[in-house]
Amino acid sequence: MPVEVVTGAFDPAAKQQAFEATLTPGTFGATANFIGTMRTVNEGDDVVGMYLEHYPGMTETELQKIIADAAQQWRIIDALIVHRVGELEPGEPIVLTTVWSKHRKDAFEAVRYLMEALKSRAPFWKKETLANGDTRWVEKNTPGY
Amino acid sequence: MPIQVKFFASLKEDLPNARQQVEASEAATVEEVWYAATQLKDIPAHIVCSVNHSHEQIHQAVKDGDEVAFFPPITGG
Repeated sequence: MPVEVVTGAFDPAAKQQAFEATLTPGTFGATANFIGTMRTVNEGDDVVGMYLEHYPGMTETELQKIIADAAQQWRIIDALIVHRVGELEPGEPIVLTTVWSKHRKDAFEAVRYLMEALKSRAPFWKKETLANGDTRWVEKNTPGY
Repeated sequence: MPIQVKFFASLKEDLPNARQQVEASEAATVEEVWYAATQLKDIPAHIVCSVNHSHEQIHQAVKDGDEVAFFPPITGG
């Protein structure tokens, strides 16, 4: 159940497919993905760039704990989290969470849990660059529920 | 070995002169590490703390060699 913190642009579909190729075909009947993508507008302002900071070591540890917590609550066959750090441009993927399970209930619910837990527990911070050149730290996440 | 102190994101920018090491003789808890490193009396309520890469509360005990971090609310994903 791997986690990856990546500094360059990534292709979520390619990441999912590459890891899925390591699983035994026929063991899973459900695959649920969540992909978070950088928007061009936040809090009413045009956003042209983003810097994502993280806490090397703790971030990866916390992502692993989140997957372990999900595995305690749902019957998951495997899970993958990929999260971008560094400089991003609008339209680029920020995060991918994927869960493989026998049935859809576990996949849907666990992938939702991974994202909501990640947004409150895994140390990442966003700094936006606005169209007028100003920069600002994002101070809070939008509610997920 | 001293306690290593880290600050992240906006907090790192707001506290450019904060100490990055504190002796264990100066601080027995996370809260006391904050005082020793920043010279500020109170930890703002929204600040998140960790010890050795694990989320902790401000009254958590610390010892020589620990890595204590302070950061603003998480905004990833």
